[in-house]
Amino acid sequence: MSTVTIDTFVNGQRVTRQVAPRMTLAEFLRDDLGLTGTKVSCEMQVCGACTVLIDDMPVSACTYLAADADSRRITTVEGLAHSDELHPIQAAFVENFAIQCGFCTPGFVMMTAALLRENPAPTAEEVAEYMDGNICRCTGYKPILSAVLDAAERLRGTE
Amino acid sequence: MIPQRAGSSVYRVDGKDKVTGAARYAIDIKVPGMLHGHVVRSTRAHAKIVSIDVEEALSRPGVAAVVTGNDLTGLFPRFGHIIADHPILALDRVRYYGEPVALVVARTPYEAADAADDVRVHYEDLPVVITPEEALADGAPLLHETSYDSGDRSFAEARSEVGARTNVAHMAVLEWGDVEAGLREAAVVVESTVQFPMHYAYAMEPYNAIASFDNGMLEVISTAQHPFQVRDDLARIFSLPLNSVRVRSPLIGGGYGSKSYTKVEPLAAVAAWATGRPVRVALDVEGSIHTTRADSATIHVRSGFDADGRILAREFDILFNTGAYADNGPLVLTKCVHRCFGPYRIPNLRVRGRAVYTNTVPSSSYRGFGAPQGSFAGETNLDRAADILGIDPAQLRRINLVRPGEKHIPKRRGMDADLVADLDIVTSKLGWRNKPTAGRGIGFACSASDAGAFPLSTATVRILADGSVLVLTGSTEMGQGSKTALAQIAATELGVPLEKVQVVQSDTATTPYERTTGASRTTTLTGLAVQRACCDALSKMEEIAADVSGCRIEEVKTAEGVVAGPDFEYRFDQLVAEWFGGRQGEIVGHGVVRRAGDLEELPPFWEIGMVGVEVAVDEETGLVNVEHLVTVGDVGYAINPSLVEGQDLGAATQGLGGALFEQLIYDGPQLVNPNVVDYRVPRMKDMPRRISSVIVERQDGVGPYGAKGGGEGSLNPIAAAVAAAVARATGVWPDRLPLTAETVWGLIRADRQLPSDTNEVDDA
Repeated sequence: MSTVTIDTFVNGQRVTRQVAPRMTLAEFLRDDLGLTGTKVSCEMQVCGACTVLIDDMPVSACTYLAADADSRRITTVEGLAHSDELHPIQAAFVENFAIQCGFCTPGFVMMTAALLRENPAPTAEEVAEYMDGNICRCTGYKPILSAVLDAAERLRGTE
Repeated sequence: MIPQRAGSSVYRVDGKDKVTGAARYAIDIKVPGMLHGHVVRSTRAHAKIVSIDVEEALSRPGVAAVVTGNDLTGLFPRFGHIIADHPILALDRVRYYGEPVALVVARTPYEAADAADDVRVHYEDLPVVITPEEALADGAPLLHETSYDSGDRSFAEARSEVGARTNVAHMAVLEWGDVEAGLREAAVVVESTVQFPMHYAYAMEPYNAIASFDNGMLEVISTAQHPFQVRDDLARIFSLPLNSVRVRSPLIGGGYGSKSYTKVEPLAAVAAWATGRPVRVALDVEGSIHTTRADSATIHVRSGFDADGRILAREFDILFNTGAYADNGPLVLTKCVHRCFGPYRIPNLRVRGRAVYTNTVPSSSYRGFGAPQGSFAGETNLDRAADILGIDPAQLRRINLVRPGEKHIPKRRGMDADLVADLDIVTSKLGWRNKPTAGRGIGFACSASDAGAFPLSTATVRILADGSVLVLTGSTEMGQGSKTALAQIAATELGVPLEKVQVVQSDTATTPYERTTGASRTTTLTGLAVQRACCDALSKMEEIAADVSGCRIEEVKTAEGVVAGPDFEYRFDQLVAEWFGGRQGEIVGHGVVRRAGDLEELPPFWEIGMVGVEVAVDEETGLVNVEHLVTVGDVGYAINPSLVEGQDLGAATQGLGGALFEQLIYDGPQLVNPNVVDYRVPRMKDMPRRISSVIVERQDGVGPYGAKGGGEGSLNPIAAAVAAAVARATGVWPDRLPLTAETVWGLIRADRQLPSDTNEVDDA
């Protein structure tokens, strides 16, 4: 079977691999690199569980081909914090009880990172608009909204 | 209150792993040498299987085996904890579109999926029944021609003889008094019929399992909520003793009841048995929808009242579309029968429920377990009665609600909640007495569920040589926060810091027996087992202290992690070391909860649902917006208040999804929307504009510190509350869900006798 060579940076590390042309980015991250924090659920780009950042833009890894990640920078939930300390977004999710089963959480965390990069001080309405492509079936969203607003404040405080 | 102990909102102990991606779910686990199974599903709703041609698929690259029903010779080929009617793979006949017919096992998921296209199944069509009405009609085809017995006495309440073979999978009746006499005496009789659609739980981690055989032991890692129940089904399939089947459930990506009982585990297990290799079967969402859904229902209600609004009699007739196989449908039906009429004084009652086999996806448990269907029927009937009687609907409920201690079902536990006080919280938060503005409506509703399932839980607590503590339980963490709440209970009982406690869950070979993780039972019943295990461990510590120091056991007391006597004080680690010599050994306590003492009377507790909403309805479009949501978590005692709030809002949000958007739709023999694009669940923008979440603690439960369960309550009555609010906003009573813009628009148009086949703007 033919393969494609991809040369990427994943969470800051250079990764060069041969992948099947039809391999999705989620499969590449989870199966080839063992980065299982990225979750797959709807496989139709509506639930957001598989959200990762490519060159800082959020994408659904379930429907993005690994081959298209060639020469790009990929950030997954495992690469968000730069030390053993939680990233402020992650801390805000824990401390606002924005997690239950946790299967949607990596996607929400990465989507929050993308949002706050674009808009460091979003309103509640702007958060809801931006996050409407991420489904959480457990929490009822309010704690997630609180976590995102809290994370924005924490990040502004660190600048 | 001591920080971190029971009663405080400590952060989730699994929170850090879940935000960093380190948390492990079944789908994240790999077993060396693992093959991958792909399910070939039926393309007919009801047909005989004439033949299955697997040769071409077998010749495809990487394919190790194609397993079909024909290969199951020598095994017990079916599963089902109440009625063992569910073939692992279709045996000679398919009974619904999407039923597993074959499993292609290959090196990679790609190879398995590619080869699955080459499995040729030849069918001979049989007549199809999609609705219960069709299935009960004269001359309808019988879906199951033989009866199946699971032989498990503990599900007796969900078993019944239905007599001659029909498509009735289960019938349940509850009756007291004389309903006909009650209705004759009534000043007002209110009759209504509602339709409740099929729902899909959408737990975001689809069903998956890995199975392998190792040295005569079948090992399974899966998304099962109830690993012990799955173990029992697998032991029967392979004629293995219970000690030779090990089922483990790591963290689960959502359950809500949909992962209760056996699902894909037998598929993975027969593939491992056929190939001699570990095999993973991981479904996608479409496959999961074709595995389990929730029952749709048609419910007819008649209620009679005296002129003052007292209920004289209620009669319910419930028809469930339970799908092709029973799964937990009989129990869900039985629960609906007990939950539909509400916690009211009803002198005369008759409820008849029938769960009917049809050629549709098998239905099973989903959060609320029959209560959402039943409450929608019973509570909207009560609201319509209030209109007719000219009595305020809150007052009508107050007149009829049972008081604390009073029984609303004979021979069951008396009410362990103050329902009138709970209702008053809801109506006052909603500003019920104020006149709502035009286009707005307020609705509220209540329910009481016989929750907790059967009281049977065990737990083990191990105090280790360094003073750290392991809590072992067969109860599964699926998001509800049991890992945290149980750790808080153990920390409180033992008097140790929370970080010294690790909770290990759901491994049938190492954690002690737990019946199920469902029915909102964990904090109450598993919590009691943990509490008792801690007591047992502490009394052993005290015995040891007495022995080591030579004092009498009565002289030894334990407090805050210190075992003290007349002339000594030991920390746990010191005492374990003193007893065993050196830094080694452990003290083990065991806790058992069974149907005895406080738990003799069933149910273990009543789970209260008390909710209200204010909605705004756009008359032009029919769009319903939830302006205010009020939930009351009447949980006796909140071990972790933030987790309780999370359960209430999560349950209410799922309920709002069911009330406003969600339904699986059959158009002909197959589902038209088996995916999350077309099956719409609530999103962040659907959040109620305002949310009031109230926790009520009267310490009136049987659980630790007076706790009782939550997690389903705030879902159960919500559809009724939304329907009442929409009715008060529009003047039209809905009789079906979901209340999409289109449905509500149609109701308004029909009521105003406006044409509903056009949406042209009236230019007058």
